[in-house]
Amino acid sequence: MIEITNVEKHFGDVQVLKDINIHINQGEIYGLIGHSGAGKSTLLRCINGLETYTGGSVKVKDREVKELNPRELREFRKDLGMIFQNFNLMSRKNVFDNIALPLEVWGADKTEIKEKVEKLLTLVGLSEKRNAKPSALSGGQKQRVAIARALALDPAILLCDEATSALDPKTTKDILSLLLKINEQMGITIVIVTHQMEVIKEVCQRVALIDGGKIRAEGKPGDIFLSPDTHLKKFLGADEEDEFYPEEGINIRLYFPSASSENQVITKMAKELSIDFSIIGGKLEKFRHEILGSLIINIEERDKEAVTAYLEKKAILWEVLKN
Amino acid sequence: MAEIILTACKETFIMVAASTALAVILGFIPAIILTVTASDGLKPNKAVYTILDLLVNIFRSFPFIILMVIIIPFTRAIAGKSYGVGAAIVPLTVSAIPFVARIIESALREVDQGVIEAAKSFGASNTQIIFKVMIKEAIPAIVSGITLTVISIIGYSAMGGAIGAGGLGDVAIRYGYQRYETDMMIATCVILIIFVQGLQALGNYLYSKLSN
Repeated sequence: MIEITNVEKHFGDVQVLKDINIHINQGEIYGLIGHSGAGKSTLLRCINGLETYTGGSVKVKDREVKELNPRELREFRKDLGMIFQNFNLMSRKNVFDNIALPLEVWGADKTEIKEKVEKLLTLVGLSEKRNAKPSALSGGQKQRVAIARALALDPAILLCDEATSALDPKTTKDILSLLLKINEQMGITIVIVTHQMEVIKEVCQRVALIDGGKIRAEGKPGDIFLSPDTHLKKFLGADEEDEFYPEEGINIRLYFPSASSENQVITKMAKELSIDFSIIGGKLEKFRHEILGSLIINIEERDKEAVTAYLEKKAILWEVLKN
Repeated sequence: MAEIILTACKETFIMVAASTALAVILGFIPAIILTVTASDGLKPNKAVYTILDLLVNIFRSFPFIILMVIIIPFTRAIAGKSYGVGAAIVPLTVSAIPFVARIIESALREVDQGVIEAAKSFGASNTQIIFKVMIKEAIPAIVSGITLTVISIIGYSAMGGAIGAGGLGDVAIRYGYQRYETDMMIATCVILIIFVQGLQALGNYLYSKLSN
């Protein structure tokens, strides 16, 4: 669906995107996470041609974005809806007219517009607010209007630029479940740019961590967050620094692909190796529809080799934590 | 006295209304070109922007009375004569165009870049962005700018007397100032104050009505 190959971008002397390679499949929800200024929003805008790229290739449905002429680019954008952090609604148009604008721009007639907008209002649950001006709406409602507007032209792809960053946690969840619904029911491919971990965990099937204009990690959120590499740890930052572990013995963190296998593994290990260990802590996290967990155990120095060998054998991800 | 003032009111009204209307229509053109060609505009073009920007500044630099005299040949060509109410409309419009252009330009620039980006994202053309998005969003600011224009044109129209256009300002100068008819002076001034107050109130009302 979207093929990004070796993409580079410079703003004058500053290189903002370096050798980016991402392939996004049809019907997927793909996340781009990173700090502000990491280049993720710029990358997103390369997909619908709001930004140009200096090198490499961005292909959407096999069409090279930078080769489109202005006329083709406008036509092309009908297939890519976009929503923004600040909603970007027209303050002087009411909800109905805001949603109708893309249809109006593309010359739909009145009855067509009415029918389509009514449908979209029902989809985002704002039928009663059709005559309200954006200033009378809450942040979540504004984003719903923006989503309806972005879907007005029946796009195949929805681009979300920090779409939940201005919303409170509860509203964020509501918007995310709406996005999930749109993805599942309408089969729309969604690309989400965010700095919020929850967003990735909640809805993304795959995620790329972008830092300093480069992709530092890519994969399933469960895999990359549960066994974070150094870049991701840096991104997660504060979270890790707050944890303290016993100074005696060795602390090992185990990652479990799913919650159910967790207890069995450690109890079996205790039996089979006939060792003692204590459980320091653990957590379960929800990734989309899956629950994944990690557990920290404390073992004695002398058991280290046996334990790590056992874990290797069982193909369980683990790491030794610093005391 | 009442008759003199009534005629003057009529003259002022015609001069101000006609030149405001013309200046707003004609001021839109350079305003849109300036907005579009600015470095952060839809189609940045440094050469066009710089030249137009300079032209607007040059026209705004002239004191009105000087401008009025300089463009007499032009006035004659347009209005057919160089004196009277009709003739005064020409210099009033010419001096108001760059003023209006600046006001509309700044109103259009205030439009949230995000809204423009959103319009681009669903494939709106530049023309559609200007007319369906930017002007629509900028209307309240444009209206309050026009209020400002009307009031300043009322001020300039007082000088219309110099080319025989009459009007309230002219009455104040000729009767009030040159003939020491204090009651005439007070009457015209009071009427002008009421005009300006009324227009400002109307402008404010429209602004708040339109921005909601």
